Amino acid sequence: MTISNKENRRLTLDGRYLAILCAMAGLSACVQIETPDKPIEINLNINIKQEIIYRLDGDAKKLIEQNEDIF
Amino acid sequence: MRWKNWKLGGMAMGAVAVTAAIAIAVPSAMAQRDPAYEAARAAGQIGEQPDGYLGFVSNPTPAIRDIVNDINIKRKAAYTANAPQGSTVEQFAFATGCNLIAKTKPGEKYKAPDGRWLTRDSGPPVRDSRCP
Repeated sequence: MTISNKENRRLTLDGRYLAILCAMAGLSACVQIETPDKPIEINLNINIKQEIIYRLDGDAKKLIEQNEDIF
Repeated sequence: MRWKNWKLGGMAMGAVAVTAAIAIAVPSAMAQRDPAYEAARAAGQIGEQPDGYLGFVSNPTPAIRDIVNDINIKRKAAYTANAPQGSTVEQFAFATGCNLIAKTKPGEKYKAPDGRWLTRDSGPPVRDSRCP
């Protein structure tokens, strides 16, 4: 079984169409992502503090109940 | 003999209950606000701050200044003695401040996160976003 010239050409054409289609799809759905030149810093101080405040809430309520004269 | 034992047991239990009741009642009777402190709060001369301490809303009289300074020293001591492991005195004071502002009664003053003195109304107070 050998692929005839005609068939071969069709395959090449199909390949070309596919390439064009891909290029068009690529153009239409073009999302450019620029990487920042500086390293990304995430400041977790605020979150950690809020977490601590939440954790201390029960103890704070107890302190108020047990020392009504100063609160 | 059996009955007597039961009776004695009951009396002992009763005595324990009475002692416990006194033990609970006495400190709570002692732990009342000073009337002058209560009056200054109600009059809006002093208010609660987000940091867990009292502040002066208006220029205080020497008597009010003394009361507030005394309470703030006692609060600092209470925060220091009771701050749970892994937290600082400031964090524990701040967490208490969140609760103290939440507990203010309508008409009392409290300091908003932006530093303004506000009067508590029937709605929720303006507190720091980190408050629970």
